[in-house]
Amino acid sequence: MESSYPHLYEILSHIQGYIFPNEIDLQWGILIVVYPFITGLVAGAFILASLERVFKDKVLKPTYQIALLTALSFLLVATMPLISHLAQPQRAYEIMITPHSSSAMAIFGFVYLWYLMVVLLLEIWFDYRHSMVVWAEEKKGIMKWVYRILTLGLNDISPRTVSWDRKLGYIITVVGIPSAFILHGYVGFIFGSIKANPWWSTPLMPIIFLFSAMVSGIAMVMLIYMAVSYIRTRTLDVNVLDAIGKYLFFVLILDFTIEGLDQIHRIYVAEESFETIKLLVEGKLYLTLFISQGLIGTLIPLGVLAFLQFYKGKIKLRKTLYFITGIMVLIGVYSMRWNVVIGGQLFSKSFSGFTSFKVGLIGIDGTLMAIFWLLLPFGILTFLLWLLPPWKMVPEVEE
Amino acid sequence: MGNEGVKSSRRKFLKSAATASGAILGYSLLKSSQYLVYAAEPEDPNLPWYGIVIDVEKCIGCGACAKACKNENDVPVEPFFFRTWVEQYTVKNDGSVEIQSPNGGIDGFTQTVPDEEIFKSFFVPKMCNHCAKSPCVQVCPVGATYDSPEGIVLVDEKYCIGCRYCVQACPYGCRFIHPVKKVASKCTLCYHRIKKGLAPACMETCPTGARMYGNLRDKNSEIVKFLKEHTTQVLRPNLNTGAKLYYNALSSEVR
Repeated sequence: MESSYPHLYEILSHIQGYIFPNEIDLQWGILIVVYPFITGLVAGAFILASLERVFKDKVLKPTYQIALLTALSFLLVATMPLISHLAQPQRAYEIMITPHSSSAMAIFGFVYLWYLMVVLLLEIWFDYRHSMVVWAEEKKGIMKWVYRILTLGLNDISPRTVSWDRKLGYIITVVGIPSAFILHGYVGFIFGSIKANPWWSTPLMPIIFLFSAMVSGIAMVMLIYMAVSYIRTRTLDVNVLDAIGKYLFFVLILDFTIEGLDQIHRIYVAEESFETIKLLVEGKLYLTLFISQGLIGTLIPLGVLAFLQFYKGKIKLRKTLYFITGIMVLIGVYSMRWNVVIGGQLFSKSFSGFTSFKVGLIGIDGTLMAIFWLLLPFGILTFLLWLLPPWKMVPEVEE
Repeated sequence: MGNEGVKSSRRKFLKSAATASGAILGYSLLKSSQYLVYAAEPEDPNLPWYGIVIDVEKCIGCGACAKACKNENDVPVEPFFFRTWVEQYTVKNDGSVEIQSPNGGIDGFTQTVPDEEIFKSFFVPKMCNHCAKSPCVQVCPVGATYDSPEGIVLVDEKYCIGCRYCVQACPYGCRFIHPVKKVASKCTLCYHRIKKGLAPACMETCPTGARMYGNLRDKNSEIVKFLKEHTTQVLRPNLNTGAKLYYNALSSEVR
């Protein structure tokens, strides 16, 4: 009998206190940690792109297309960990065909499609249309046709049409900002609306998810910008890093404040579940919450970024610090997703005990699969940067 | 009709069309906001509206109910999947509480706390609360879990996508993913049996009659009489799940 569910029998010996018998296995594993992390990168990267466009922050210009293509690359992968985690993945389409109106999860498909089709693809298309028309004329063979198809046959590049491209792109960006907020705030709502789970159930959850998304997206675009400059052997413009760093600093402060507020509120009101959650954060989540998310992901980056607001000395040092900070911030946000998703399932809803979680290496919800879904967007991004190189675009004519 | 006439009638048409579509949109928005709040309501007055009573004072912790349920409902025998189980609570003299449910109580219980340390001890059978405002039904993204017209929460196994959101949403830990069927699974109050007038397996087998179910609408039913004569309580009332599983003599330690 023991051979049927060896991992569950192993967990059985690691249970602390009392849990309901059905609670032994975690329902949502590492793939559901990866999913909000990826979606957050999409929303964050898009918001950074929008800053340039809507608020006309010219310094950020070199990161604009990179940010958009990063958002698209991650968005294309965002649903994969979700679908592959379903027990019946072949029925995934039901969520689009017969969505249940009272379910928070049912709306995901629509929010996702709206964001992909209406916001990102359209914006990128308006952005690149002029260049694609020019590239279609320059290139030969298959690539000529690829660009021709991508222009959808709209080859008019008169100044009037091009300026319309820009205007429409601008409108989409304006629509896109609330859409990005909805996309990721909504992911937070999926967790925040589960009243049975006191670790998740807070109206601040969408806001926390949103700000951590912006933190991770901004950090990711910064790192990708650095990597792209390095690969193309171009000099990295430290002013761009300073500009991104400034945004990262402010958003990180907001993120830290709101998450801190959430924790202080929990401690102060000390509801029914308080003792259990206290044991959770001091025990099973200690490393990922205090060390990984708090210290590595938040406090040290805040200190370094604060220092970089004033320090304008050695360029090499600044670049190195930005690079390290970016990676630390990403580790912090990933840990935050872990703490929410995994942490929320480690304690029993009887508030009397804890189950245990050990992530496997192989299998559809193992570590390797999670790493694959995290790396795939970089493959897509490489392809997109090759297909639509921002540095070869037709320069915009200032009006 | 002159040119002016055409224009004015067109304007009129556009006006009324705009009003009508605005009204439809407004109504549908209002209506959809109600969809956010989930609650099952008895629709057909000819059908029963079922509730359950568990009398904690009568339970002897034999675990026959949990065993009968597994046999009846094709629940895997491993100790990780239960539609119903029995918990043993032991409140110690120092106020601490020990809870256990080894194999759901199927193999019986052994008291591990020495007699002199025990303040009180009792058994609590658990099963789906068949909530009228079920969080599990509310969150199902495809509507695969639903309320029967009799107020019983069921799962359509051919439709469930296995997203596990309902398992997360149930505050009572009553759901699991069936390891073979790969869909959400839970107590159906033996819907297949009660439709034929038979009692659910757990109730049929209970030697002390600690569990009963009945029609909450029928003011002369046994269950309504019981609820009238006893002080009962539902689990986690603060969550407003509209639980229809009423416990008699429930101690405050139980969640």
